[in-house]
Amino acid sequence: MGNPMRIRASVQEGVTEVKVLMQHEMETGLRKDADGKLVPAWHITELKALHNGKTVLEGQFGTAVSKNPYLVFRFKGGVQGDKILVNWIDNKGDTRSDEVEIS
Amino acid sequence: MQFMAHQKIWASFYNAGGNLINMERRKALKTGGGLGLLGLFTAIGLIRPGMAWAKYEASAFDAKSMAETLDALGVVTPESNLSVHLTVPEIAENGAVVPVSVASFLEHTEQIYILVEKNPNVLAANFVFPDGTESFVTTRVKMRETSSVIALVKANGKFYRATKEVKVTAGGCGG
Amino acid sequence: MNTHTWKCAIFIFALATYCSDALADGSASDEIAKYREMISDGNPAEFDEMRGEDLWKKPSGPNKTSMQKCELGKGEGIVKGAYAELPRYFPDTDRVQDLESRLLTCMTTLQGIPEKDITSKPFGNENYKPDIESYVAYVVGQSKGVKMNVPLKHPKEKEAYEIGKRIFSYRAGPYDFACTTCHGQDNLRIRMQDLPNFNNKKDSQAAYVSWPAYRVSQGLFRSFQWRLNDCFRQQRFPEPEYASEMTIALAMFMATNANDAIYAGPGLKR
Repeated sequence: MGNPMRIRASVQEGVTEVKVLMQHEMETGLRKDADGKLVPAWHITELKALHNGKTVLEGQFGTAVSKNPYLVFRFKGGVQGDKILVNWIDNKGDTRSDEVEIS
Repeated sequence: MQFMAHQKIWASFYNAGGNLINMERRKALKTGGGLGLLGLFTAIGLIRPGMAWAKYEASAFDAKSMAETLDALGVVTPESNLSVHLTVPEIAENGAVVPVSVASFLEHTEQIYILVEKNPNVLAANFVFPDGTESFVTTRVKMRETSSVIALVKANGKFYRATKEVKVTAGGCGG
Repeated sequence: MNTHTWKCAIFIFALATYCSDALADGSASDEIAKYREMISDGNPAEFDEMRGEDLWKKPSGPNKTSMQKCELGKGEGIVKGAYAELPRYFPDTDRVQDLESRLLTCMTTLQGIPEKDITSKPFGNENYKPDIESYVAYVVGQSKGVKMNVPLKHPKEKEAYEIGKRIFSYRAGPYDFACTTCHGQDNLRIRMQDLPNFNNKKDSQAAYVSWPAYRVSQGLFRSFQWRLNDCFRQQRFPEPEYASEMTIALAMFMATNANDAIYAGPGLKR
């Protein structure tokens, strides 16, 4: 299982802003290690954010998204205490889900 | 300056003979090993049935050039549009972390793609916006070298774009 | 211009011309400032803070003790705001200690970990994360927003400050460099990076309160001791010993000069 994310969600004037910081190496597959061997590609491929179970964002990442990916998005609605769940999958089949309440 | 950058990119859409590369829509996108994985997630209850993922656009993410990428995405010559706002730094101190924000003010924006022209794989990320989600996203991408960054927006089934150049410095010592 | 200044100017000029993308000074600096502002949110150092906080509470070492009883200067177990008052004099060890040297004391005395086990590999790489570095991330994060208030009262604190000040302008090494060679005047830079002038209060404050930091080029959280070591490396000095008296004195000088600024770390650096 992947390492925990940091998710912050806050609502202002009816719009919820979600900031997600994920822990992932996001290896491009083009980098060489100290022994000169290629480090295989290892990156998040897909992610999904849900507000009280309803999809509010879907994302697909290639190898060019930075290490420890960061994401900000906004959706209409949401009240304090509502649940925001973020889930990602990487190309090795690893996955991670974290949930926070809107503040 | 800006104009020149555009010309350069869009020139790359044409092959040597000056003909427009075949850009017919291609729907045959591989999902790779994704299906088995999704099945597994559904089985362990991580993803509820009905919470289907958009297909991972593997062929577009694997594409090497701008032309190949657009071809894989089924893009027919996107128009530059002032309603697509792309925010990037003019200079990135480090190519490993380049902040990119895209906001689309086009109605019915369905997707936002972020592309880096001179990266080994041009397509960096793709975001899908359901109704109710603002067509805005901020993320960070890696850039191999100074290049144009393109925000490609799909709205009402059509594609639009905004382009900006980001200079990537090698970075010095100290800090 | 004395010969000393010339040396730095030539050194920096060589680096600047090496960078083919060099732009006109003013605008480039502004654009880099904008870039830094844009990446300031969402600092991956938060993960090091999280890891450090978990470890802090976990019994560890031969004594199976947590770090919760570690005295960082504000009383046993008080982490909040502690970094903003370090380095300082500690009566139990009868010496001035910076954060890393104090953590070393806690890890050896409370947890019973042999000092060599920690000091032989105190800095992380992509495959290795030393606990002390995560403790650093956690502790400094607990001073975010706190005004720097390093005490300069005890005679040993004053002594450390004076030693640090002298080291800062101590010229040595194959290039006859000192910290002040590049950090003692305004408007110097290496390639695209403006160099802070530590004779200037504002520069000193801005530099100090943004370290320790996550380095995006390395994808790693870096401690203050690591930062000092890197300066010595660039001056072609021998690498200082971890948490040595010399580095503590230097930290004392730099931290005191940052007094009254609001601590803002962990920072995020290129």
